[in-house]
Amino acid sequence: MQLNVRLNTVFIQASDRFNINSQLEHLQAKYVGTGHADLNRFEWAVNIQRDSYASYVGHYPILSYFAIAENESIGRERYNFMQKMLLPCGLPPEREDD
Amino acid sequence: MYLYSLTLQQPTGIVCAINGNFVGGKSQEIVVARGKVLDLLRPDDAGKIQTVHSIEIFGAVRSLAQFRLTGSQKDYVVVGSDSGRIVILEYNKEKNSFDKIHQETFGKSGCRRIVPGQYLAVDPKGRAVMIGACEKQKLVYVLNRDTAARLTISSPLEAHKSHTIVYSIAGVDCGFDNPIFAAIELDYSEADQDSTGLAAEEAQKHLTFYELDLGLNHVSRKWSEPIDNGANMLVTVPGGGDGPSGVLVCAENFVIYKNHGHPDVRAVIPRRADLPNERGVLIVSAATHRQKAMFFFLLQTEYGDIFKVTLEHDNDRVTELKIKYFDTIPVTSAMCVLKTGFLFAASEFGNHALYQFKAIGEGADVESSSATLMETEEGFQPVFFQPRGLKNLVRIDQIESLMPVMDMKVNNLFEEETPQIFTLCGRGPRSSLRILRPGLAISEMAVSQLPGVPSAVWTVKKNVNDEFDAYIVVSFTNATLVLSIGETVEEVSNSGFLDTTPSLAVSLLGDDSLMQVHPNGIRHIREDGRINEWKTPGKKTIVKVGSNRLQVVIALSGGELIYFEMDLTGQLMEIEKHEMPGDVACLDIAPVPEGRQRSRFLAVGSYDNTIRILSLDPDDCMQILSVQSVSSPPESLLLLEVQASVGGEDGADHPASVFLNAGLQNGVLFRTVVDMVTGQLSDTRSRFLGLRAPKLFSAIVRGRRAMLCLSSRPWLGYIHQGHFLLTPLSYETLEYAASFSSDQCVEGVVAVAGSALRVFTIERLGETFNETVIPLRYTPRKFVLHPKRKLLVIIESDQGAFTADEREAARKEFLEAAGMGENGNANDEKMENGGDEAEEDPLSDEQYGYPKADSSKWVSCIRVIDPRAGNTTCLLELQENEAAFSVCTVNFHDKEYGTLLAVGTAKSLQFWPKRSYSGGFIHIYRFVEDGKALELLHKTPVEGIPLALCQFQGRLLAGIGPVLRLYDLGKRKLLRKCENKLFPNSIISIHTYRDRIYVGDIQESFHYCKYRRDENQLYIFADDCVPRWLTASYHIDFDTMAGADKFGNVYFVRLPQDVSDEIEEDPTGGKIKWEQGKLNGAPNKVEEIVQFHVGDVVTCLQKASLIPGGGECIIYGTVMGSLGALLAFTSREDVDFFSHLEMHLRQEHPPLCGRDHMAFRSAYFPVKDVIDGDLCEQFPTLPPDLQRKIADELDRTPGEILKKLEDIRNKII
Repeated sequence: MQLNVRLNTVFIQASDRFNINSQLEHLQAKYVGTGHADLNRFEWAVNIQRDSYASYVGHYPILSYFAIAENESIGRERYNFMQKMLLPCGLPPEREDD
Repeated sequence: MYLYSLTLQQPTGIVCAINGNFVGGKSQEIVVARGKVLDLLRPDDAGKIQTVHSIEIFGAVRSLAQFRLTGSQKDYVVVGSDSGRIVILEYNKEKNSFDKIHQETFGKSGCRRIVPGQYLAVDPKGRAVMIGACEKQKLVYVLNRDTAARLTISSPLEAHKSHTIVYSIAGVDCGFDNPIFAAIELDYSEADQDSTGLAAEEAQKHLTFYELDLGLNHVSRKWSEPIDNGANMLVTVPGGGDGPSGVLVCAENFVIYKNHGHPDVRAVIPRRADLPNERGVLIVSAATHRQKAMFFFLLQTEYGDIFKVTLEHDNDRVTELKIKYFDTIPVTSAMCVLKTGFLFAASEFGNHALYQFKAIGEGADVESSSATLMETEEGFQPVFFQPRGLKNLVRIDQIESLMPVMDMKVNNLFEEETPQIFTLCGRGPRSSLRILRPGLAISEMAVSQLPGVPSAVWTVKKNVNDEFDAYIVVSFTNATLVLSIGETVEEVSNSGFLDTTPSLAVSLLGDDSLMQVHPNGIRHIREDGRINEWKTPGKKTIVKVGSNRLQVVIALSGGELIYFEMDLTGQLMEIEKHEMPGDVACLDIAPVPEGRQRSRFLAVGSYDNTIRILSLDPDDCMQILSVQSVSSPPESLLLLEVQASVGGEDGADHPASVFLNAGLQNGVLFRTVVDMVTGQLSDTRSRFLGLRAPKLFSAIVRGRRAMLCLSSRPWLGYIHQGHFLLTPLSYETLEYAASFSSDQCVEGVVAVAGSALRVFTIERLGETFNETVIPLRYTPRKFVLHPKRKLLVIIESDQGAFTADEREAARKEFLEAAGMGENGNANDEKMENGGDEAEEDPLSDEQYGYPKADSSKWVSCIRVIDPRAGNTTCLLELQENEAAFSVCTVNFHDKEYGTLLAVGTAKSLQFWPKRSYSGGFIHIYRFVEDGKALELLHKTPVEGIPLALCQFQGRLLAGIGPVLRLYDLGKRKLLRKCENKLFPNSIISIHTYRDRIYVGDIQESFHYCKYRRDENQLYIFADDCVPRWLTASYHIDFDTMAGADKFGNVYFVRLPQDVSDEIEEDPTGGKIKWEQGKLNGAPNKVEEIVQFHVGDVVTCLQKASLIPGGGECIIYGTVMGSLGALLAFTSREDVDFFSHLEMHLRQEHPPLCGRDHMAFRSAYFPVKDVIDGDLCEQFPTLPPDLQRKIADELDRTPGEILKKLEDIRNKII
């Protein structure tokens, strides 16, 4: 199985370079968490939460701060935060049929 | 207001650590990341960890890895940080610095979800490195050599997979086949879409192998297989002939061996017998030991137990995986097994340690194996064990760590010359109260009483080539005592020294003869025992002497100087005489420079407040070269060579400058640079050392000359990593000192004080503080000083632990079961994690941690401690699952009880799944027995958790959740007087000043309130417009508050002057305006006047002055165990100078790990009006031409800049 690294990148034609939609699509593909007009409350919250957890895991002093508060080891705290990235805001709402 | 920020104590916690041969050669070193600091450590021959190099990188190091190109002898360091760049460093031995070999940008800066930097993995053969993010992105860089054997790095190859969380990555050892990297991945894309929750339940972690095809130069997903959903860490298994290759997957409760095309080999991690059933066992750190014929892994669990994991294998087939209990040490963030048989354990919290292997776990112990794995209906059968004392490891060194500093107060409680810093550090059973004093710690080797009161002491060698000193010579007012140094130190009479007279100087002369100068002459003792005596002319006596190995200058009473030199036959010849205008106060000659016949300069201090430099050259002998007038008569002089810049491990490739140091009678140490050619003096610096005139002596520190200054306390001036440091020693006042070197003590000092002779060594050079440690029981939260009685009251609480009684019962039960009888009898002392007791205690909590209880259980205590004696005078364990969170002393205005103690507690507090509690209380205690004990007066139930308490106008202010309430003391409980419920979240700090109340909210920064007594109303008249997650706060002045937030920022807010005036003048006190409140907030807003990103969670702030007569600065302590200071500039000129210096350094000397300095200090909010002293202090580490360039742009000389830096540091500490 070969990994096509440019799979998600939208190749922009010179003609629609200024097309705002294609630029947005490009951003959305490249940067996880870039919003769009139809973003719902849940999706937005999930992104924020995942970003926060990633930030906690990345900043060791903050991780330690949580570890002290919960009296857990830092390693356990890091694992818990990573686990929470799966469903940070609980189950997604039922999708309305279009 | 402009502030100068300076870190006083670098972070002491460790984020990650790696070991390797970074210097090159045989020795093994350890590189540790302490958040924003990178250190190179090395265990020395005595097994002590020494810091070889330390550099602040102005960024957050998140991961480290080392690699070595095939055939090379030296390891490189790869750093994963928050800079969005991969940085490869090489340690440069000559310059004693890390050289940046490569820096490749791949993304945005900051710790982001999809920007790599969190994980690093290297190919064991050093051919490629993978850098990964928490989600999606993974980049592979190919490492190679060019024709000149320099390291090259390729452009990145992407191994991304979107919607995938990564838990860990590791390089797979597959010899010289294509490099493979393994990753634990979890795909969340389906779980995000499925509202039934089925997909989330079925979400499966996968172990994925990525292969880097070196021929095609691309990365492909080679293999992916589901693994245990508790997987959290990967450990590389040796391969390519040394082992079966593949990886160990550490999962909750299991360790699983996995490889491509190999069935899983799984074994369960043994559990502690007392662990609650619902808790898993997670591996948090791992180390691998590899030898030619064997390898094993040491895995540490979150409870501190280390397991030795071995694999039984037949070529590539693993037949059995064994997990054997090894030993238990405090939980680490990283472990390194060194080839020399040491284990470096970087503790998560508390002191780090170096252990030596006594055994490698060959003895019998609890073992679990894949062969005996039992699967039942309820899952796999667990294996139990009981932790025991260390069997395989023995601790040989400790590195002090303050991490985490929970609370701090600066106060001169002991009435010493400088205030002490009281810090609450550590967590759980390893917590402590540490009393920090600025200065170096010393260790006393010997103290012996002498027959009289000595006035001076010297040490001499018999021969210039001797390693150790031969004699200690002590002078009394009318006699001289000679002690010979051997196995013991004994008095001798055959040394040739005249013992019936006091001595003025004793030293080695020439290669092997000794000289004694006494008031009536010079006695020259030749090696063969012949004695030459030079007598003073007439009735004159010698008053002062200056000498080195070949030159002697004496000053006679009346001011006559006589200069002697040693000729080729070893005779001391009189060369020249010189008449000084008045009596000579002091003299000094620098040592003879290497390869020269004489030192060129003589420094003479006179009572007319001048110091003269005289030439000793034959052409212009005794000519005055320069004159310096000083503020007070000089008492003592010392010429000392200082290498102001680094370069080499000891600064070899930089020209040294000679400093003339003078101790003046007004207690000032005066330092000035002597021009090596002309003898001109320039660039003067002075520093007040103490109340007595400093006497200066030369000492040896790390093989180089250093300066001891004895004032009302001793100081040491020495060079540490390129900086000249002048640091006080934590020792009593000394009279006279000399360096001392013997078999037992290579670099020591012998000194006299009173009638005692003392020998000591100076420890842990380079450290700013030395600490006295008093152990505590649980994680300390806050403390208050009882200033009148000089006592501290500390509140401690821990979640998920058993109470002292329960622990004691369990311990007894265990000890009985283990057949040890009643040895561990229950007394309070045993419950403390005391130093010595821990050694004997079979189950010291400090080593093993408290047994884990249900997370809804809390233990807590209130302790009164006498810091001087270090003993606890009263300890109250809170009952019924209460935990203390706030404390304050309060004087109610009816004065019936005097000072009372208020403690805020919560009952059955739980954070998950939602914060809940069954109640809060405010306890009021009375001090009894002179404040040494506490007696409960009453307990008032409140509806929330009182997280903040403060005295206010003879009443008690309490912050209970979002409510600020004023209480008065009643007979049976506190009485509500007034309240305001309009705070946004939860109040965590209250400060008061006059009728203003400054309230800190956990999430919404400060609120300024006022209390109107006539209307009995509390109202908010100003607040902050920035949401700040406060962690610490301090009241600066009427309008200003200092605060620190959870993200590592320190900031000051101020109420604008006009608004403040308006409120004070308004008869309604701004109340009418308040009633109009805007947008749910207060009518007025405070302005942010200072903003600075520290890069570490600040937990405490205080305004204090650390030196007598020094300016007040804000001192802060952080979670990573560092202390820093913010000093307000007093002149505009300094602000300009330092901001320009900072600007040039930002441009010319960007941080090592690729984070932009300005961006780092502005990580969350733009930095405002703070100059980074840590960056400025890197100026001396620059190469000389760059220093000159920057100095030119600032219209100064490098020397002036160094002086400025030294001056401002001296204002702080």
